Amino acid sequence: MGMTFFEKVWDEHIVHRFTETEALLSIDRLILHDMSGSEALYQLDKSGRTPFSPEMVFTTIDHFIATFPGRGPNDERTVSTIGTGSAKGAGVERMNILRTLSLKFGVNFFDIGSPNQGITHVMATEAGIALPGVMLVCGDSHTSTIGGIGAVAWGIGASEAQHVAATQTLLQTKPKMMRIKLEGRPGPNVSAKDMVLHLIRQIGAQAGVGYAVEFAGSAVRDMPVEQRLTLCNMAIEFSAKMAFVPADEKTFEYLKGREFAPKHKAWNAAVAHWRTLHSDDDAVFDTEITCDVSGLEPQVTWGLSPAHTLGLHEQVPDPAAETDPQRRAAMERALTYMQLEPGEILAGQKIDVAYIGTCTNSRLSDLREAAKILRGRKVAEGVQAVCVTGSSSVKAAAEAEGLDKIFKAAGFEWDESGCFGCTGLPSARGARTVSSANRNFENRGGLQTRTHLASPATVAASAVAGCIADVGDYLGQGA
Amino acid sequence: MEPFVRTTGVAAAIIRNNIDTDQISPGLYAANTPKEKHAAALFGNMRYLQGGKPNPDFILNKTPWTEAEILVTGENFGCGSSREAAAKALRAFGFRAVIAPSFGGILFNNCFRNGILPVVLPKDVVQRLAQDAEHAAGGARITVDLEALTVTDTDGNSYNFTSPVQQRSMLLQGLDEIDFTLSMRGEIEAFRNADKALRPWIYTPGLNVG
Ligand code: SF4
Repeated sequence: MGMTFFEKVWDEHIVHRFTETEALLSIDRLILHDMSGSEALYQLDKSGRTPFSPEMVFTTIDHFIATFPGRGPNDERTVSTIGTGSAKGAGVERMNILRTLSLKFGVNFFDIGSPNQGITHVMATEAGIALPGVMLVCGDSHTSTIGGIGAVAWGIGASEAQHVAATQTLLQTKPKMMRIKLEGRPGPNVSAKDMVLHLIRQIGAQAGVGYAVEFAGSAVRDMPVEQRLTLCNMAIEFSAKMAFVPADEKTFEYLKGREFAPKHKAWNAAVAHWRTLHSDDDAVFDTEITCDVSGLEPQVTWGLSPAHTLGLHEQVPDPAAETDPQRRAAMERALTYMQLEPGEILAGQKIDVAYIGTCTNSRLSDLREAAKILRGRKVAEGVQAVCVTGSSSVKAAAEAEGLDKIFKAAGFEWDESGCFGCTGLPSARGARTVSSANRNFENRGGLQTRTHLASPATVAASAVAGCIADVGDYLGQGA
Repeated sequence: MEPFVRTTGVAAAIIRNNIDTDQISPGLYAANTPKEKHAAALFGNMRYLQGGKPNPDFILNKTPWTEAEILVTGENFGCGSSREAAAKALRAFGFRAVIAPSFGGILFNNCFRNGILPVVLPKDVVQRLAQDAEHAAGGARITVDLEALTVTDTDGNSYNFTSPVQQRSMLLQGLDEIDFTLSMRGEIEAFRNADKALRPWIYTPGLNVG
């Protein structure tokens, strides 16, 4: 019987097998950020231990840093979400713990000012730290993003991160395997974000519980690498443990020459190895799903779960038609919170805030897509528009192409890189927000903020229109 | 880690699917947060009213559930963000076990490392246990036994569950996981030496040969 990509990578990393499904795995890359990573290093230091393999550990600051233009290394972001203990200054303390201990332990550290500083899931592939076939962990749920380049990457908690730092290994139970094929050619101006929102609507926000998910199918093969990263990023939103797209020629081309990728002969040897890491034709998955994306229109969420997704021109569903009582209650709660009525159309809903950023959609290609719409146009009166770049190198590359000028001329705030805004722009309290982020949970985007998730292109079009808008109205419908 | 063998106690039922870690522990960013703060943060947005007063309708604010040690809850408990504060908040409040039809993967592992046993049981069993939990005021108690791998309700009905072998044995003994792994240092080194020959670029990021 053939093997799946995941089984091949799993087997390659077994240091010790406890049972058929439980093993101590060797971890190739540990990435840590100032929120959970500072906790992991703090506890490691307190216990008198040091990293087992500091050259395999990469740290950066993304969660607590402010992103306003010209920010300094100790400028803390403003917190907008509710919480009982997030006192002012706590973020600065966390950043400094990460900074001090990263230097003390001699790990690869990207401080504010370094080109590699940025959202961990953005910088990891940009810098070539993540590579095909590696096992990579980070104290952050959206680590699955990195699977888009064919890595086996997943999020862990702070004490697991401490364990990896101390041993460069992790005890894991093998997840079940699922393959999801996205087939067909979507309609014009449709990105991976639209496809994955559509997928989650079809399969539900819990379909992935306990699974490692391989994305396959013609639509995935056709996708540029950065779109695959968006696709895998959102796998967490249907509760998968991780997701990946095994590497192909596009992946190799994307990674070649990046700072921490192997070079010359080492590169050739690596590529030869990576070519063996794909699912065999007769490999068996525990679950297989096929999702047709032919002719798909841009998608936007209407409720409080990524499964609450609609095409721009579809009607908001009526909970009265839902037979499952739990689901009906969730829909009713969502409609009240979002201030929407059954039968309404999302296109045309007036917005207050447009936000482009986060590990989902803040890469160079995302900014280019948005800039196509913003070029020569202006953000509508009364709409606050913000773009937070995913990493300092993304920001620099975008500026080298003049994208910053397009955003600024349109009336967008053009920010330094970080996570800011993902858990809410302080000014967005109670606002209707169109966002390129990944979570539309209650209060996630700020207190009472009504968040509609969408692609960066849809966010840009909506910013210009002042309401949820169709990219096609600005770019034409030609494929 | 803090050992867990078995516990008999008051169970609180919060039957809702997809309770994410943002809901379990909102906020809390300070390093080395004291236990009391973790305990206070638990289910913050449901447990308190505007202004910070306890919400009298929330189960954990009512006797005897203020003393609850077992949480009975819905599918996909602890999905969402990786924050370990969620597990710490559950433990700091006093929980020793969480029973659900399924869990978010990161929280499942975080529970073990914080002295909490996550128990997966079928939906209908969880429903029955939730009904039992409602009668805690009348003296109903649930027993969770990791050694025997059983959950027993007040009427003596017993349900078997499974638990990852290695994590179970560490939790039963209260082993320090890092010490345990480092006792296998020889095996780790041997693996790395063999792997280095196969995948040298892993061990020297940016390896430039040729
Ligand atoms: S951008 Fe948001 S989801 Fe992504 S790592 Fe940062 S806080 Fe998490």
